[in-house]
Amino acid sequence: MNGIALAGAGWGGQGLLAALLIQAGQMALVLLAAPLLVGIVRKAKARLQRRRGASVLQPYRDLRRLLGKEVVLAENASWLFRTAPYAIFAATWVAAALVPTFATGLIFSWTGDLIVITALLGGARFALALAGMDIGTSFGGLGASREVMIASLAEPAMLMLVFCVAIVAGSTQLSSVAAYMLTQPVGLRVSLALALVALCIVAVAENGRVPVDNPATHLELTMVHEAMVLEYSGRHLAMIELASALKLLLFASLIGCLFFPFGLAHAGSAWTGYLLAIGLWCGKLLVMAGLLGTLELSIAKMRVFRVPNFLGAAFMFGLLGVLLLFVSRGM
Amino acid sequence: MSAHYRRTQVDAAAWEEAADALVAGETTLLSLWAEIGCVHMAVLDETGPDAAAGGGRIAILSLDCPDACFPSVGRRHPPAIRLERAVRDLFGLVPEGLPDTRPWLDHGRWGEESVPAAAYPFLPVEGDGLHQIPVGPVHAGIIEPGHFRFTCDGETVVRLEERLGYVHKGIDHLLAGAPLPAAARIAARVSGDSTVACSLGFARAVEQGLDIAPPLRAVWLRAVMAEVERLANHLGDWGAICNDAAFSLMLAHCGVLRERVLRTAATCFGHRLMMDRVVPGGVAVDLDAAGLAALHDLVALLRARVPPLVKLYDDTASLQDRTVGTGRVSPALVAQFGAGGFVGRAAGRAFDARRAIGDAPYDALSFEVPVLQAGDVNARVWVRIREIEQSLSLLEQLLRGLPTGPLRIPDDDLPRGSGEGLALVEAFRGDLFVWVRLEAGQVRRCHLRDASWFQWPLLEAAIEGNIVADFPLCNKSFNCSYSGHDL
Repeated sequence: MNGIALAGAGWGGQGLLAALLIQAGQMALVLLAAPLLVGIVRKAKARLQRRRGASVLQPYRDLRRLLGKEVVLAENASWLFRTAPYAIFAATWVAAALVPTFATGLIFSWTGDLIVITALLGGARFALALAGMDIGTSFGGLGASREVMIASLAEPAMLMLVFCVAIVAGSTQLSSVAAYMLTQPVGLRVSLALALVALCIVAVAENGRVPVDNPATHLELTMVHEAMVLEYSGRHLAMIELASALKLLLFASLIGCLFFPFGLAHAGSAWTGYLLAIGLWCGKLLVMAGLLGTLELSIAKMRVFRVPNFLGAAFMFGLLGVLLLFVSRGM
Repeated sequence: MSAHYRRTQVDAAAWEEAADALVAGETTLLSLWAEIGCVHMAVLDETGPDAAAGGGRIAILSLDCPDACFPSVGRRHPPAIRLERAVRDLFGLVPEGLPDTRPWLDHGRWGEESVPAAAYPFLPVEGDGLHQIPVGPVHAGIIEPGHFRFTCDGETVVRLEERLGYVHKGIDHLLAGAPLPAAARIAARVSGDSTVACSLGFARAVEQGLDIAPPLRAVWLRAVMAEVERLANHLGDWGAICNDAAFSLMLAHCGVLRERVLRTAATCFGHRLMMDRVVPGGVAVDLDAAGLAALHDLVALLRARVPPLVKLYDDTASLQDRTVGTGRVSPALVAQFGAGGFVGRAAGRAFDARRAIGDAPYDALSFEVPVLQAGDVNARVWVRIREIEQSLSLLEQLLRGLPTGPLRIPDDDLPRGSGEGLALVEAFRGDLFVWVRLEAGQVRRCHLRDASWFQWPLLEAAIEGNIVADFPLCNKSFNCSYSGHDL
C-alpha cells in the first residue's frame, strides 16, 4: 500500500515518459554492465594469482562467439530444453530491473518487491533445474539435484533477511527500503549487520561462487551450476551465461542498495544527479568484485554436504536479526 | 650395483606355491608378464633373511606354457588380476581360473578391419535407488583418457569401476627387436612425466644384462635428474590437488615453482623434462658450471619458497577440511597390493626403491623415507611435501659430491652380447620395475611396469563411501599414469 502511495508521488512530478526512459536506461545499463562485472571478477582473481588474466571484455567476446555459433541439440531434447534459456534470461532481467541499482523510485520498482525478486530468481532456477534433467544425462541430474538442495536452503535464508530488513524499514519495497535507509537515522544496528552477513552468504550460494560452487572448474563431478548447463551450446548458452552474469550484478546491486545506499539518485533528481549515482554504483560494484575475487582465492570449496551448514548459518543470522528487532521493540 | 635377483624356471606346483606366499603376505608381487609361450612373475621378499643384506630379495619365476595357459595368480591374489588380463590380451596366454575373463588393454579395435568393438560388460549393479554416472574417457581437462563408471546412492559412491587401455601404444611390441638406442628412446616415452625414471630403469636393466657399469659421474648425474624430475612433479601435484578443491592460490604458487624447476632442467640438460638424457651406458649430456650454479640457485629458491607454502597449506582450514579423511586407503590393502610411492607411504608401507635396493649413488647419501599412517588425501599431500624436502637435501648432497670423469660408454663400445637384466627404480609415483632380455645387442623382450598398476585398483577402494564430488580430489592425490599403465 505504502508502495503505491509513494509511486504516485514518485514519478508524478517527472512525467511518465521521462520515468520510462530512465527505467529503460537502467535495464539497458544492467544488461551491458553484467558481463563486465564478471570480467572484472575474473581479472581480479587472475591478478591476485599473479597471472595476467584475460581482458575484462572477454565475457562480451564469449557472448558474441556463442551467439554466432549454431545450437547443438540432443536428439531427445524437448521444448522445455529449448525455451528454458529465454525464460531464465527474461526472469533474471526483470528481477534486475526491480532493483534500485543507482536510483530509487524507478517506475518498474513499484510493481514488485524483494519477495517478487526472490520468486523470479526461484522461477528461473526451477526452469534451469528442469532443463538440466530434460536430456537425461547423469551430470544434468546431478547438477539439478545439488542446485535444488542449495536453493531449498538459500531461499528461506533470503526470506528471513527480507523480513529483517522489512521490519526495520517498514516495507519490503526495495525503493522504499533504500530511501528509508538513506534518509532516516538508522544508525548501526546489530540486526542489519546480521542481515548483511546473511545476504552475502546467500549471494555467494545463489551465484555459485567459491566456496559453494566453482564457476571456473572443469571437473564435471564437482559442478553444480555448470553441470546443469553442460549440454547447452550456441545462443542458448549465451542466454544462460548472460543470465548468470545478470544475477551476479543483481546481488551486488542488492547489497549496495540495502546496506550502502549512499549516493542513490531518486525520482526527480537532475541529470547530473543520475550520472553521479551511476558513477557511484560502478564504484560500489568494483569494490564488491574485488572483495569477491579475494574471497574466492582465500578459501577452498567446501564439501557438498557442508553447504547446508553454511546456508543454515545465513538462515540463523536472518532469524536472529528478526528476533533481536522484536526484542528491542518489546513486541 | 643393480637390483640383485635370481630367475628360476619353475613348474606349475612351484608357481602355485609362490602364489600361496603372495596370498599369505610373505612376499609382494612386483609384476607379472609374458613372452611367447612363457609367463614370468617377479616377487619381492621384504621379510626374508636376506632382506637386511639387500641380496636375493627379488625373485623371478618363469613358467613355460606349452598349452597357452597357466594357473592364475589373480584367482587368489587380486593385485595380479589386471596384469593377467593384460597378459591374455597381449600374448594370448590364458590365466586358468581367473574369474574375470573380460579383456583389459584390448578394446577390440586391434584388428585390421574396422569392426565395431563389442560393448564392454561392466560389473552388474543391483539395488534400489542406485544410479550410474559414466565419466570419460574424454575429460574436460587436459588429461589422459580413462573411463570411470560410478555407481552411486545419491551422492555417495557405492562402487567405482575403472576402464583403462585407451592410450595403448604397443610399447612391448615396439621394444621387441629394437636396437638399444631406439629402444632407449621408446622407453623414455612410456610416461612423459616420469621420462627420467623410465630411461633410468631401462638403462640400469640393460647395463645389468650386458654386465657393464656406467661411469661414476653418469651415475650421479642420473640421480640429479631423477630428483629434479621428482621435485617438478611433486610441486605440480601439490598445486593441482589444492586446485581440485578450488584453492587456486596454491596452484598459482606451485605452478611458478614447478616452472622454475623445468626451466632449470632446460638450462642444465637441454630439455625441460630431461627426455633422452639418460641412456644405456651413461648420460647424454654433461652438467657444466653454469648448470651447476643454476641448480644451486634452484635449491636455494625452493628452500626459501616452500616453507611458506607448507604453512599456507596447513593453515587453510577450508582446504584441510577437504583433504583430511578424504579417500582413505587402508594399510592392509596397500600392503596387499604392494603399492609404492606416496600412495603406499601415506598408508604405512615404508617402501622406497632408492632405499630398499640401495643403488648408487643413494647408498652414499643420507635421506629419510617419510611414512604416514592415515592413508587419506592429506597424508598423500604430506608425503609429497616431505619428499620435496628430502629431494632438496639429496640435490645438495649430489651437487657437493659430484665426481668428475667420463659421461658414458659410447654406443659403439657397448657389448653386443646377450643377457637379462632387471631394475627397480623410484619414479615420483613409486617403484618402476623393468626387466629386459637382450640378444646380440638388441632388445628381445622388455617389460616395464609402472607404479600405477598397483595404485589404480586402490583408487577404486579409496573412493568407496566418499561422495562423488570428492573423486577429482582423490584421483589427483593418486595421480596415476594412464600412459605408463596402458603401455
